[in-house]
Amino acid sequence: MSANEFYSLRVNGKTHQVQDSWVGESLLYVLRERLGLPGTKGACEQGECGSCTVLMDDAAVCACLVMAATAINSEIVTVEGITTDSTLTDVQQSFVDEGAVQCGFCTPGLIVAVHHLLEKNPQPSEFEVKEAISGNICRCTGYGRVFAAVEATIRSRNAGK
Amino acid sequence: MATSSTVTKPRDILGSSALRPDGAHKVQGSFEFTSDMHAENMLWGATLRSPHPYARIVSIDTSAALALSGVQCVITASDVPGKPTYGLISSDQPVFAQDFVRYMGEPVAAVAADHPETCRRALALINVVYEVLNPLTDPEDAVSGAHDPIHPDGNIIRHQRIIRGDQTATGPIVVEGEYVIGMQDQAFLGLEAALAIPDPDGLGVHLHVATQWLHEDLSQISACLDLPAEKVRLTLGGVGGAFGAREDISLQVHCCLLALKAGRPIKMQYSREESFFGHVHRHPATIFMRHHADANGKIIKIDARFVFDGGAYTSTSPAVLINGITHTQGPYKCDNATVDGYAVRTNNPPCGAMRGFGVVQACFAHESQMDKIAAAVGKSPVEVRLINAMVTGDPLITGQIMESVAPVARCITETDVIPLPEPLGTTVNELALPGGSGLTASRSNIVRGIGWGVSMKNLMYSEGFDDYATARCILKDGVASLKFATSEVGQGFVTLAPQIARSVLGVDEVIIEPIDTQIGSAGSTSASRQTWMSGGAVDGACRLVRERLFHHVGKMHDIDPLRLVIDGTDVVDQLGTFRISVADSSDGIEISETFEHHHRATEELDENGQGNCHTAFAFVAHRAVVDVDPELGLVKVVQIATAQDVGRVLNPLSAIGQLEGGIAQGLGLAVMEEIVMKDGKVRNPSFTDYLLPTALDAPDVIAVMIEEYEPQAPLGAKGIGEPPCISVTPAIVAAIRNAIGKDIERIPVRPQDICL
Repeated sequence: MSANEFYSLRVNGKTHQVQDSWVGESLLYVLRERLGLPGTKGACEQGECGSCTVLMDDAAVCACLVMAATAINSEIVTVEGITTDSTLTDVQQSFVDEGAVQCGFCTPGLIVAVHHLLEKNPQPSEFEVKEAISGNICRCTGYGRVFAAVEATIRSRNAGK
Repeated sequence: MATSSTVTKPRDILGSSALRPDGAHKVQGSFEFTSDMHAENMLWGATLRSPHPYARIVSIDTSAALALSGVQCVITASDVPGKPTYGLISSDQPVFAQDFVRYMGEPVAAVAADHPETCRRALALINVVYEVLNPLTDPEDAVSGAHDPIHPDGNIIRHQRIIRGDQTATGPIVVEGEYVIGMQDQAFLGLEAALAIPDPDGLGVHLHVATQWLHEDLSQISACLDLPAEKVRLTLGGVGGAFGAREDISLQVHCCLLALKAGRPIKMQYSREESFFGHVHRHPATIFMRHHADANGKIIKIDARFVFDGGAYTSTSPAVLINGITHTQGPYKCDNATVDGYAVRTNNPPCGAMRGFGVVQACFAHESQMDKIAAAVGKSPVEVRLINAMVTGDPLITGQIMESVAPVARCITETDVIPLPEPLGTTVNELALPGGSGLTASRSNIVRGIGWGVSMKNLMYSEGFDDYATARCILKDGVASLKFATSEVGQGFVTLAPQIARSVLGVDEVIIEPIDTQIGSAGSTSASRQTWMSGGAVDGACRLVRERLFHHVGKMHDIDPLRLVIDGTDVVDQLGTFRISVADSSDGIEISETFEHHHRATEELDENGQGNCHTAFAFVAHRAVVDVDPELGLVKVVQIATAQDVGRVLNPLSAIGQLEGGIAQGLGLAVMEEIVMKDGKVRNPSFTDYLLPTALDAPDVIAVMIEEYEPQAPLGAKGIGEPPCISVTPAIVAAIRNAIGKDIERIPVRPQDICL
């Protein structure tokens, strides 16, 4: 490829230089293939499945729909940056404990989406939860255990208050 | 805090909700799926596919692609050194099309280049001249012979009859219908991916691949590469779901060929669009059924005709056909049957394995028929099913005796007592209405319906296949290491296997060695078989190790080994006071045992479809409640109640995940999911146009697991993966019929099927 584009991206609080990139590369491709952050998954490349959900300036977006070079002035958070700790967040722990993970391919996107939901709306109704994650397709679980994981997180946060 | 308490964590043995060992990595995004893999000096591979359903290849010119900067190599059929074809049952599918392309999306060439975009540009530069031919797209034309053979093996893949009992039997009640099932996609999230690394000497290859069956892949790949099996090594890469779509070869041979030709590692991964063309789908089928019943609704005879559209190549069509026709009766007694079944070749996409494997199609037909019988005799759907419910010891229409535990009536009655949902309120969140957000349906138009589906599903392989799984257990210093080639696709065998070892050996620390071909085959992760088969193999290996441990302990401590048992984490003398922890008992020695679990032999069917062709069966009942907007043709599935025959629950959390996940896939087939074909062309190969159930489509699921220990099963547990997605589909369709009072004989049910 003709490869002479240089820019930097702010991802998970750090500045990353993107070199030798073709300008048409999506944020999903650049995160995975150039910045060594494969936690963000690609499954439809059309913004339908939510596997590539990341936060961009505090909005949940599909990284497959964002041209990486247009994200240069944004703060991006991926599943790898949800916590700086090596321990699991309460959302992540609930996903494991409640059986919300099977093949796990949709999981990183769901983790980002649920963190974002509970940040914006700590006490979501059942329908607010369903609507918030309706852009994240899961083919294994049928969503029942995912709902259980979100409910468990809310319960534990309420109990901890 | 002045006080402290000791919390004893329950041991993760069989019956507990042990958590996934890969769970933490999966929620952190650090679990390595095959598509996440990289190798030094790696190139990307990509596939050129036919745009035509049927055409003769006049010429292929790859020179312009080869001349493109960044392209390493281009390969076509002439670069396949070994067998030019592959296939699970019949080796009739070309690695690359040579003379003809027989379906839209058939591979014609592949390239290796430095960037996925270079690959795309190179593919566009390959000049293939086609002579477009008239495609065979109507399966009935294959049955009747109206179309010339599109393949040297002919247009009939398999024909099988079942002739049982009195062929002239009839009854006062006769109901019939012709049922049409659309083409469903497995739609796993983790797209096809592989990384092939050639040996330094160029005489072998190591393939990391997301697959359901490593050893079957190995034998097909090595034949095409013309390499001895030991020169091809497969390691399971992280698998993002499977549901049948990874049982056939997709990119495996292409990826290895490119790696060997380029002399560099090759990574291939399909896009979603390519994935729709790159793997087999659930067979579309047309099924005619006529049931004769007595005045009480008891089945007297069934006449049926099945036509499964196998698409261009055989894949597993012969086995899907047999599964379909041998499940004509469903979970009901039936003494007389005349069944005719065809699996045919067309220029539609190849069809093969998908969760439910032929039984999904049969079940939609027989359950629709049961409701027609109920209506004809004035009984409820539950009553007519209970009157006919099969029990252990009943003969099937194949003459095989039902030897499995068969709690059909319990499945129905225990589902029936599950409370129905509250009626839809007068004011309701729009997201709860059919069509969801956007205020498409209005509350006043909504009608509610209730419907039933009950099913029988064979477990494991059939028709004489010597089905087995292999596992090795090594015990050292109280740590068990397990080795098997069982594909973990998300179902949770990596959770279950350690549970088995902990239960049998009394250890807590269990290591799973890499899943690869450096041990005997485990068979496929399909047919609801791995808990039974690989579970049986792990159990067997652990039991052999335990026996040797008892001999060692007996010798060291002068106790008859027959007196020793494992109690929790200790070896204990049942007749004395001796007790020693497993960890301390082996004195540093290593005990290694390998076990192959075979299920009992099955037979092929004779020309009248008679024979003990299946291994075992499981049963399930589903009751669906739906809300329908009859004017807009929109459906919301409100609740699914289910009681499933599981034998024994080995991991409650995993089990409920299988039930809920299967129900969502069955819901998809009922009201959403279809690969739309026109003249042999796929019209909707994307997640924008192929609709999958979302969180807002998910019904409330209330599930009961019926535990009646299955004596044939090594752990007492039946396979539970497929039944959830089988009878939920007819249950939902029955509920729609119940709501709107209109017969619907086609799935998925589209808005126009309801409102026009």
